[in-house]
Amino acid sequence: MGANTAVAPPHESAGSPPGNAPAPARPRRRRDDRKAAWLFLAPALVGFALFYAYPTVRGVYYSLTDYNLLSEPGFVGAGNYRQLIGDEQFWNALKVTGYYVVLNIGSQTVLALLLAALMHRLTRSVALRAMLLVPWLVPNVTVGLVWMWLLDANLGFVNHVLDALGLGTTGFFTSPDWAMPTVAAVNTWAYTGYTALLLYAGMLQIPQYLYESAALDGAGEWRMFTRVTLPLLRPVLALVLVVSLIGSFQIFDTIAVTTKGGPVSATRVIYFYIYEQAFNYFHMGYASAVAVVLAVILGVLTAVQIRLLRASRSDLA
Amino acid sequence: MSPRHLRTGAAALLCLAATTTLVSCGSSDDDTAGSRTTIDYWLWDDLQLPGYQDCATAFHRANPDITVKITQTAWSQYWQNLTVELVSGDAPDVWANQSTYYPQYAAGGQLLDLQPLVDRDKVDLSAYQPGLTGVWVKDGKRYGLPKDWDTMALVYNTTMLQKQGVDAGQLNDLTWNPSDGGTLEKVIAKATVDTKGRNGLDPGFDKDHVKTYGFLAEWADGSQGQNGWGDFAASNGFTFLDKNPWGTHYQYDDPKLAETIAWFKHLIDKGYAPPLDKKSALANSELLMAGKGAMMVTGSWTISTFTKPKVKQKFAFAPLPTGPAGRKSALNGSSDAIWAGTKHKEQAWKWVKFLASPECQNLVAQRGIVFPALKTATRKALAVHRARGEDVHVFTDAAAAKDGTFLLPVTENGTEISPIVQDAIQSAILGEASPEAALKSANDKANDLVK
Repeated sequence: MGANTAVAPPHESAGSPPGNAPAPARPRRRRDDRKAAWLFLAPALVGFALFYAYPTVRGVYYSLTDYNLLSEPGFVGAGNYRQLIGDEQFWNALKVTGYYVVLNIGSQTVLALLLAALMHRLTRSVALRAMLLVPWLVPNVTVGLVWMWLLDANLGFVNHVLDALGLGTTGFFTSPDWAMPTVAAVNTWAYTGYTALLLYAGMLQIPQYLYESAALDGAGEWRMFTRVTLPLLRPVLALVLVVSLIGSFQIFDTIAVTTKGGPVSATRVIYFYIYEQAFNYFHMGYASAVAVVLAVILGVLTAVQIRLLRASRSDLA
Repeated sequence: MSPRHLRTGAAALLCLAATTTLVSCGSSDDDTAGSRTTIDYWLWDDLQLPGYQDCATAFHRANPDITVKITQTAWSQYWQNLTVELVSGDAPDVWANQSTYYPQYAAGGQLLDLQPLVDRDKVDLSAYQPGLTGVWVKDGKRYGLPKDWDTMALVYNTTMLQKQGVDAGQLNDLTWNPSDGGTLEKVIAKATVDTKGRNGLDPGFDKDHVKTYGFLAEWADGSQGQNGWGDFAASNGFTFLDKNPWGTHYQYDDPKLAETIAWFKHLIDKGYAPPLDKKSALANSELLMAGKGAMMVTGSWTISTFTKPKVKQKFAFAPLPTGPAGRKSALNGSSDAIWAGTKHKEQAWKWVKFLASPECQNLVAQRGIVFPALKTATRKALAVHRARGEDVHVFTDAAAAKDGTFLLPVTENGTEISPIVQDAIQSAILGEASPEAALKSANDKANDLVK
């Protein structure tokens, strides 16, 4: 999971319930409300326009140019997109990013669910919850550096232990087979606690009486988990999956610190490729085109995921 | 639109925004106050900073109205930071350039042509080490004055080699060829020791449990192989380009390069060098310091890494081996360039001229960190090393030897060609592809970029 994953709870039931005030004719007051609403919305709208809408439009524009950072952009139409179709590095980047997402989301979600369920059913210790968050609080670059040293093939502690146990050493970040699983494992380590807390918060919304009646009916812990917890957790799970999927596609910092896309492009993920194109080779136009394609892919994936998981409807309602 | 669609749409818009906010912004400020000028100067080497600070102080003494503000940024961030500053219109007035990176700034119109100023002020270009001035000229325009230079040599752990019965004299005349590795391979084999203390020539040598590798090879070395394969390939008769600088045809498909890479792979297969997939992600010099290796190729800019008093092991330098085409070391230099957008052109030129002058280069030589580009200052730096008891003459010998050096390739799109060739060489070393096939395909891609 990458950097900024701002999480907002699903607000299905929020908002004012309709028709609780049987509207006496007072139009002026209503208009005042609207003004106040705009006032409160203004900071968010300005921020959105300035930091999201404007750069988005500009990014799409750059994707249609040969902008090289140093001189004025010239319009090239769909040239960048045509080039992209034949660019094997781009397809390789998509492939290895997909591989990473599967490894990372898979392991992270299963582990986080397990941790959340354990916290939910066994202990509600605040200290434990706080501890789970610690890896998430460490900056990504530090996480990358620490694991790079720990896992180093010749000087790392982990390999030292493996060797002492007679298992031989492994170049976790330098072997083409191991590099990506290692990066995925490092990020799973860093983000599982955070994901677990989100899921745990979702579990707390499930009414206790459901578990009591399930227990009365003779259901064991596993049955309660599969029949009560999982179905009722679905909206939260969907949200967590969408957010972590988007974050996961944006994997960058761990790779920039540890493997730098190597060995032999085994970890040259899409974000790293965009970065290289933009800031190492000065192909800002082409980099923007790749970014736009990535955004479209993410948008489609998100839509499919939300639909499949029917996230907007809760079984609790 | 139903609420659900709205939400999906909003989510898509959000990701779009998140993935396209790559362009960063910056602000600019002007340091001019009255007749006083501040010149911003950037360089990347922290070890060289004190020497250039000496220069800045001396320069300010001679020109009280100009202050030079030096900013040092590590190599790994240097070019990105510089690019961002250029884009935001707030670039340093003068910065240190390197031959692979400068062409893209020249092509982008960011560098001031110094030729008219050189002509006007009659700067004597013959005073610099041969080969260092021409690299910075493209289409008659001169984009920098030479600052320093570097050559390559072997660095080895003297204690380890002595223990295996290799004496220093032997190391001065090593030979190498891609078929049997020459006397170099024998020394490497001897220097490789397994966990039971047997060296690489012992019939019982266990290549799966090596304690010290005889040779540490560099595989993240771009398209140039300056720190290993490039020098060896050159001594096997390989040349990178049809002409250098500004060649238009790469020759990575030359069998002489493929043979060289195959020999390195053979070294790994024998257990004399760490396999790439089990290799440390840390720098080879760290491994050499940690006693995990006995020998590697290194550049003259790293001398103090191995000679500083804190280092526990004893290291010494030896010349590169003599190959079928002779002994060849990469010769590379850096330069100081002026930003085309500077507001203080004359002051910046004054500073660049000072940086390239005997006065400044002797101050830099005094620190004994790097070899300055002026021949006289180079001799001074060598004397400083000698006075400290550091034997580094192999680097200056390499630079002085007739036909002993080759220039690193300088072409358009060098930064983009770099990972293409590096990937090809890594896949050959990993055994994923044959050296011939991998290099042929990389060469085609590289040539598409210089057409």
